[in-house]
Parts: sequence; structure tokens; C-alpha cells
Amino acid sequence: MSKVRPDKGFLFLWKNSWRMLRRDWSGGELNILAIGLVIAVTSITAVGFFTDRIERGLNLQSAELIGADLVITSANPAVNNYIEGVRANELQVATTQQFRSVAIGNNQPQLVEVKAVSEAYPLRGVLRVSDTPFGADEATIDTPSPGDVWVDARFLQLLKLEMGDTITLGASTFTLRKVLRFEPDRGGDLFSIAPRVLMNYADVEATGLIGVGALVSYRLLISGLPEDIENYQQTISNKLRVGERILTLEEGRPELNIALDRARQFLGLAALISVLLAGVAVATVAYRFASRHLDTSAMLRCLGASQKTIIRLFGMEMLWLALLASTVGCLLGVLTQFVITELLDQLLIAKLPPPSFKAVFLGYATGIVMLIGFALPPLLSLRGVPPLRVLRKDIGVPAVSSWFVYLAVVVCMSLLLYWQIGDLKLVGIVLGGIIVTLMLLAFAAYLLILLLNRLRGRVGVAWRFGLSNISRRPASSIIQIVAFGLGITVLLLLSAVRSDLLDNWQRSLPPDAPNHFVINVQPNQVEGVSAFFKKRGVANTQLYPMVRARMVKVNGNSVRTTDYDNARAKRMITREFNLSWAENMQADNKLASGRWWSRQDFGRPLLSLEAKLSATLGLQLNDVVSYDVNGTVIDFTLINLRNIEWDTFNINFFTVVAPGVLEQYPANWVTSVYLNPEQRQELGQLVSEFPNVTLIDVEVIMQRVRDIMDRVSLAVEFISLFTLMAGLAVLYAAIQSNQDERRFENAVLRTLGASRKTLMMGLFAEFTLLGALSGLLAGLSATSLAWLLAKTVFIFEYSFDLGVVFIGVVSGTVIVVIAGLLGTRSVLAMPPIQSLRGGHP
Amino acid sequence: MLTGRPRVFLESRHLGKQVSTREGTLALLNDINFTINAGTSVAILGASGSGKTTLLGLLAGLDTPTQGEVIIDNHNLNDFDEDGRAALRAEMVGFVFQNFQLLLGLTALENVMLPLELAQAPHPRKTAEELLKRVGLGERIHHYPNQLSGGEQQRCAIARAFSTQPRCLFADEPTGNLDSETGKRIIDLLFELNVEQGTTLIVATHDAKLSQLCEQRLRLDAGQLVTNDLTLGVADTAHE
Repeated sequence: MSKVRPDKGFLFLWKNSWRMLRRDWSGGELNILAIGLVIAVTSITAVGFFTDRIERGLNLQSAELIGADLVITSANPAVNNYIEGVRANELQVATTQQFRSVAIGNNQPQLVEVKAVSEAYPLRGVLRVSDTPFGADEATIDTPSPGDVWVDARFLQLLKLEMGDTITLGASTFTLRKVLRFEPDRGGDLFSIAPRVLMNYADVEATGLIGVGALVSYRLLISGLPEDIENYQQTISNKLRVGERILTLEEGRPELNIALDRARQFLGLAALISVLLAGVAVATVAYRFASRHLDTSAMLRCLGASQKTIIRLFGMEMLWLALLASTVGCLLGVLTQFVITELLDQLLIAKLPPPSFKAVFLGYATGIVMLIGFALPPLLSLRGVPPLRVLRKDIGVPAVSSWFVYLAVVVCMSLLLYWQIGDLKLVGIVLGGIIVTLMLLAFAAYLLILLLNRLRGRVGVAWRFGLSNISRRPASSIIQIVAFGLGITVLLLLSAVRSDLLDNWQRSLPPDAPNHFVINVQPNQVEGVSAFFKKRGVANTQLYPMVRARMVKVNGNSVRTTDYDNARAKRMITREFNLSWAENMQADNKLASGRWWSRQDFGRPLLSLEAKLSATLGLQLNDVVSYDVNGTVIDFTLINLRNIEWDTFNINFFTVVAPGVLEQYPANWVTSVYLNPEQRQELGQLVSEFPNVTLIDVEVIMQRVRDIMDRVSLAVEFISLFTLMAGLAVLYAAIQSNQDERRFENAVLRTLGASRKTLMMGLFAEFTLLGALSGLLAGLSATSLAWLLAKTVFIFEYSFDLGVVFIGVVSGTVIVVIAGLLGTRSVLAMPPIQSLRGGHP
Repeated sequence: MLTGRPRVFLESRHLGKQVSTREGTLALLNDINFTINAGTSVAILGASGSGKTTLLGLLAGLDTPTQGEVIIDNHNLNDFDEDGRAALRAEMVGFVFQNFQLLLGLTALENVMLPLELAQAPHPRKTAEELLKRVGLGERIHHYPNQLSGGEQQRCAIARAFSTQPRCLFADEPTGNLDSETGKRIIDLLFELNVEQGTTLIVATHDAKLSQLCEQRLRLDAGQLVTNDLTLGVADTAHE
């Protein structure tokens, strides 16, 4: 007799797994798993698409900070030779040149920063101009016509000029046409700039100012489609000649950079949380799916299937499901983000770039990793189902050690998340926090069940049902508490805590944040300037001293540019540092390491550096850094590092030394003040009283930072809708996770004469307990996580908030009770006749 | 032993049940009429699919008929909603199932206490303990169902069914999942308690031995009541 050998090849698996999928599908087995997965993938792809577009939109905005997508700078006009090549690549181009010169107006000379621009300038962002020095400003797409110049308000005041007057630059005469209020790409050192004169590129030659050896900075501004820009940048970066370099965003404005970084962090946080929530939802339903398939497995074993075949069959079935659900999820994700961007288009960024396909890949990868990852451990346990279960339903399943599978899933998910969010610290903290929360929740749930078991005999019948509902299903109760708890944790993080974080962020730039910098104040003018502002009711008029110095040695060794690989470091050591001194550390600075000086240290050459700068220069605590101050070399010992909140717009210094060391050297004093529109009108008086003092208006930049904050807050609010959806999926999944058992038990209880009210009270008691406990734990973990995030990622002040815990308990109870009772309606509606028909689930 | 005029405890009048399927309406039961006297034992017989379980469910008020009515102890079940029927069940009906239907998360004692608590009976624990001793599970009251054998689980289920001293006990294939020896002991227990408590016993079964013990036999075939046999069963002969 020939032995029948079932074909267990790929074709067998392919066909049978597909068949199983179809059967399970029409049997309603896969609905919940598929719904969970579709919600997960939809929210991930929608968030992915959206954040991708927003992020690229923000990048586009930040491109305004350099006035283009790509800038090549050089001291040599030959940089303009690239123009043809740029145009050949279908990119837009504009040119500028900048140099210092002396302008004559009203018969007075004044040092100015001349910038000559071609017609297309700027390629990103807009110039803002006004007709009077401090009057209303407006955006313009024009540039100065030949023969005209646009100048800073400061220039007009210094030379007592008005619109329509003329000035001389070299051999040419120009008419003052507009007051230049804002140029997007005016980066660099705010403290050392002379007033701006903006002119037409074509006028430069006639001035005769650009002779041999003139110090001119030429810039080639380029813009175009992101792919084209990227391609061009790759080609050109290998061809650059000596002295030519590509200008990056980093060299734009640090305040805006920080705002953009935070924007990405916030969006990342929202996306991250919805991914994790969706994962919890899928994990919960996958567990239920597997436990519902115990009988199928036992039957297959009876019919002669090996353990391996069973796992392969179920694994393949899951793969099919993952592919199908991911496809649906991706499609829905694309649609959703289109609808939402359409809705929010005007509110968000004027023009969002089209979606890229990164999110689709992310959607599929996430769908597959999640389903296989979370469904695999319970499926592995199906392998161990004894065939005897066909006869005895009460035979359970041997526990399978599946920590390694979960570990693999966590690693895969982390990589995916890191890939999407690009912030290792954020991913680490959120993921770590969630895992710790998960373990705490599970442990707390376990303790609760032990406790409830003791209470069981002491309460009335309805509560007794509620209590025993929890304690007689320990495994599914733990799953429910963990799922509810995690769901509520992230919802709290997103609602209460998110607004706290956003508020904190916006509070870092209050309406009365300084909007003017006052620089170049001479020592003998300090009191006068301070009095000027005080008299006009300006708060906080403290002035800070500043001495210029060059870093010459570190630990006795001369510093050379060749010692550093880092471009920023190279530039830093060729420039002069502004050294300030102070008795106390400024309020918006935080000590990162070392100690601040005390009164006994005054007079000793001690140094405090901004932490990032110190890292760039490779300096460490106790290094001896020597500065050349006006010809004298002073050896400073680095005793502390500070973190600075640059986006507060307060005056801040990279380098601060102890008092009593630099007082004898020529110093400039600076301050930053908030001036309201009325006070601003009187600035002309300040300039005429102290002609050498320079005023810099940063209101426009601040407005940009505020805009970014507002838009990002809106985007985060929007993304949290998806997270909310994922959260609801978790709740739904958690409630569904023991629906079969409930259905059976309630049918039996009804048969035994329990009224609907009794059952309802039992469920109410059960969900109240589950909700309150999950909410309590969730509140604690949400505020702890927020504190950790605020401290380590966002660098804000944030204190533990018991209010969040309270909100957690209340909202947890309310949400779980409502969702629970709604979710178990079908259980209550189950006719008791089922107790005669059905067996144990 | 049968003295005086027997009182009618349960009456089925023109009882019918249809369900809608994809292929059209399917009649599970058609125009079923009979009466059952208080304190008697009745067997509902028939092949699989003949409608035994459906009839039992309708008689016990676990399901609602499409036509006709069930009168239990002068209560027309059609007059009650599901909660009303549940209250009626709590008050006067007990159940024994083929699959035992014990709640797996509760101990034997807790399972037996359940209907007592629902009926808000005094001293549920004491009553339950006594009953468990009565069915021979005195040593196993704190065991969970999966720690008990099939016969022990059914004994526990019987203790649960009799705990509220129901006037009527419905049993659906009570020996269906048991071997013949265990089944016989379960039948004995059922009838002993039936006699002790004066309960009306209604059993759906295809166990010929069990049906022979009953005083009344209702035979179903394809949803029709084909015989209503009132000959005295073995049990009555034995007890006379």
C-alpha cells in the first residue's frame, strides 16, 4: 500500500492559507483583526504622508532663511559661471553680492553693508518694505530699480535722511526709495552689522567700488523641485573650487532653526504615539484571533497536520491579511490626508509639496511587521494545541515563551519609527516609557486581581459579578487593563500633556518677548540708554558688556583651522568671540555641567561656554582656553557649560567670564527690549541722542517663529485625531478581546434567571473598576513621560501634574464605562437559548 | 401515590417556531399542543434535528415562539419580556445542560451559589455547601470545573439546578456527554432530587433508558409532535 504523503510545498501553503483566509473572512473571524489593522495602517500612512508633506513644507519655509533652496557662496565672481549650468537643470537662479562701503548722505559718511541683488531675488521668502522708518510694512516681490536704493530705518536716522533724498556710493548717486524692513536671508552676526543698503545688481559696476582686492561675498541663489535640487547639489558639490561653499540652513537663524527642530519633534511625537497605539490594538485583537483558533488547530492536528504545517498555514494567512489590510489602509491614508490637507490648506502652509511614497512603504512595512509580529506569538501557541482538545474543550494550551518574538517586534518597530521620525532620543524615550508603562500596568493589574479575589465574598451580587468578571478571567483582565491603560496614557499625553508642552513652548516666546536689540552702546552711555528706556516705561533694561577677543590657544597649544574637521569650528576660530561677564547666570540659561562662580571667584579668569559650542570646539571642563583681548592673552579655565534657550530672543552669550577680569578692556554694551508700537515711535529720539547706538528690529523674525509655533500646534492637533482613532481601536479591541466568554457567561446567567439590570450592573461595576484603575495608572505614567520628554527632548520646564492623574481617573472611568457598555450591548442582547446550543468558547 | 385531580403545571398551545434562512422560511416546530401535570417527569424524545432543544428552550422561556403560547403555573410567557421571563426562571426554573455549562472562572461552590444569589435567597453559601454534599462533591467545593471529571461537573450542575428548589427542572440531554455508568448515576440523582423536592422534570433526550423512567413521553419528528404517551414510567412503578 502506498503511503499518502500530503504535499506541504509552497503551492500547498499558498492555496490553503488563502482558502483559510477566505473562510475565516466569511465566517466573520477576521473582521476585528482587519479593522484594527486598517485603522493602524490608515493612521500611520495618513500621519506619515501628512508629516512628510508638512515637514517638507516647513523645509520650504526654512529655505526662506537663505532666500533659496540652495546657495553657493564665494569671494570670487567666477561663481556666476555656474549660472548656465543651473539654468540647464531647469532651476531658478538669482545672484547677489555683498560688501562694506561708505555711503555719503547729508554730507556725512556712514559705514554700510551694501547688497546688490538681481531681479529674481529672493527665490524663497519675500522682502518687506515701508514708506516711513517705523510705519506699516508690506511684502513686495520687487527689487530696487537701477538708480534706486532701499535702506534700513537706522540708516535714515543716522544720516537724518528722508525718502526721495539721494546718497552717494562710490562714483554713483542713488535715490532713497523704500525703507527695507525685512530681508529673509539676512543671517549672520546681528551684533556687528552696519546698516543695509539694497541696490540693483546692474548698478554695482558703475560705482567703481569693486576693484581688485575688494572684500566681496558673491552668492548664487538656486531654487527648484526638491529632486532637481538634490541632484544638482550632488553634482555641484564635487566641482566646487577653493573658496566656494554650499550654504546650509544651519547658518541661517538659530532661533528659527530651533523652532523648526521643535516642530519636527512635536509632529514626530504625535506620529510615534499613534503608531504605538495601533500596535497595541493589533496585538490585542491578534491574541483573540489566536484563541478563537484553538479548535481549528486541534482539528488540523487530528487530521494529521504537523506543528510546522499549522504555523506555516496560519503565518501565511496572516501575511495575506497584512497585505490586504495594508493596501486598504494605505489607500484610506492617502485619501484622508488629501481631504485634510484640502481642509487645512490655507491654515497650514500656503503650498504643501505633493506626497512622497515614503509613507506607502512605511504603511506596508508597519502593517506586516505589526501583524506578523503581534500575531505570531499567540499563533505559535496554537502549534502546541493537543489534538485531544477536539474531545475535551477545557484542555487549554501550553504557554509558549514568546518574549523573543516580542523583542524582535519591538526592535523592528523601533527601526521603522526611527526611520520615520529621525530622532533617536524621542523614539527611545517614548518607546522605553511605553514598555515600562506596559510592565507596570501588567504588574498592577496582577495585584488588583489578587486583591479582588479576596474581596469577592464581601460585596453584593452585582458588584460580585463585576469583581468576579475581572478576577475569573485573569489573563484577559490583564490584557484589558494594559490595553486600556496604554490607550488612556497616550490619549492623555496627547490631550492634557500635549497642550501643556505646546503652551510651554509658546510661553517661551511671550507677547512681550524682546523685539529690539540695542547694540554698540559705549560704557559712558550705559546709564543714559538705560534711563531712556526706563523713562518710557520699558521693563527690564539691563545692559550687558561685551569685549571682542580671539581664541588663540587651548591648553597651551595654538589653535589652527587645520586642527578641526568641523566647518563650523573652523569658522569660529577665525572669528572674534564676544566675551561678556556676569555675576549671575541668566535666567534662561541652564547649567549643563560644572559650577557657576561664586563671589570668591570674582577676578579669577574663569570661563563659561555654551554647551554645543564647546562640543563643536572639542573643549572639556577644566581646559585652559586662551583669548587675545586687545593684544593681551588671558588664560581662562573652563569651569562650566550652559544650555541656552535661543528662541527666547533674550540677549545671550556663547562665552561668559567671571567679573573682575575684563572690565579694563574696551567694551560695547548691548541689551534687548520689548517695545510696543508707541514706544517704537520714539526710537528716532534714541538714535539722535546716542548716534552711535545701533537698533535691530527682530519683530518680523519673531512673528515667523510664532507662525511656525501656531501652524505646528494646529498640525499636532490634527494628527492627534488619528491617534484618537487608534486609541478608540485599542478600547474596542480590548473590549472585544473576551467578548466570546462574556457572551457565553451572560447567556448562562440569563438562563439562571439574572435580569438585564443585574448583568448591566455587573458590567458597570467591572468597567468602572477597570477604567478607574487604568486611568490612575495612565495618569501617573502620562505625567511622568511628559516630564521626561520635557526635560530631555524638548528642554522645557515641566512639573509633575496631579491634575493629569485626576483627569486620567475620571476620563478613564467614563471612557471605559461608556465604551465598555456600548461594546457589550450585543452580549446583553444575546438570547439565553444560546446556553442550550453553545459550548464554552 | 397519585391522589386527587392532578394540577396542570405547564401547557403548550399551538406552539410554533420558524426561522428565516437564505433558502426561505424553515419551520423548526409546528403547532405543538400538550399539557404537563405538576410534579411529573416528562421526556421529550426525537432524533437529532427533530426540534427537541428548540421546544425545551421555548418551554423554559429561553426563546420566544413565532406562534402559540406557553403557560407555566398560570403565567403566560408571552406576557413577559426577557427580564420578566428571567425573573420567572430565577423563581421557579432550574436547568441541566448536556455541556454542563459551568462557569469556568468560578469554583464548584460559586457556581452553585450563583442562582441563589440571583434569586437573593438567604444563606446562599450554606445552601450551596449542603447541596454539593448531597450530590457527593462535599470534598471538592473549592475546585474549578476543569479540575472535575465530566460526571462530577454534571453533578455540580445538578446541584446548581436544584439549589433554588425550582418547581420545574429542564434538562437537555443530561447524560449525552457521559459514559453509561456515570450517566446512570446522574439519572438516579436527578430522579431522587425530583422526588425529594416534588419538582416537575422535563428532559430532552434520546436515551431510551432515561425516557422509560419518565411518566410522560413526547415524541417529536421534523418539528411535529407525533406521540404524547402518558403510560406510567418505570420510576412511578418503582415508587408505588
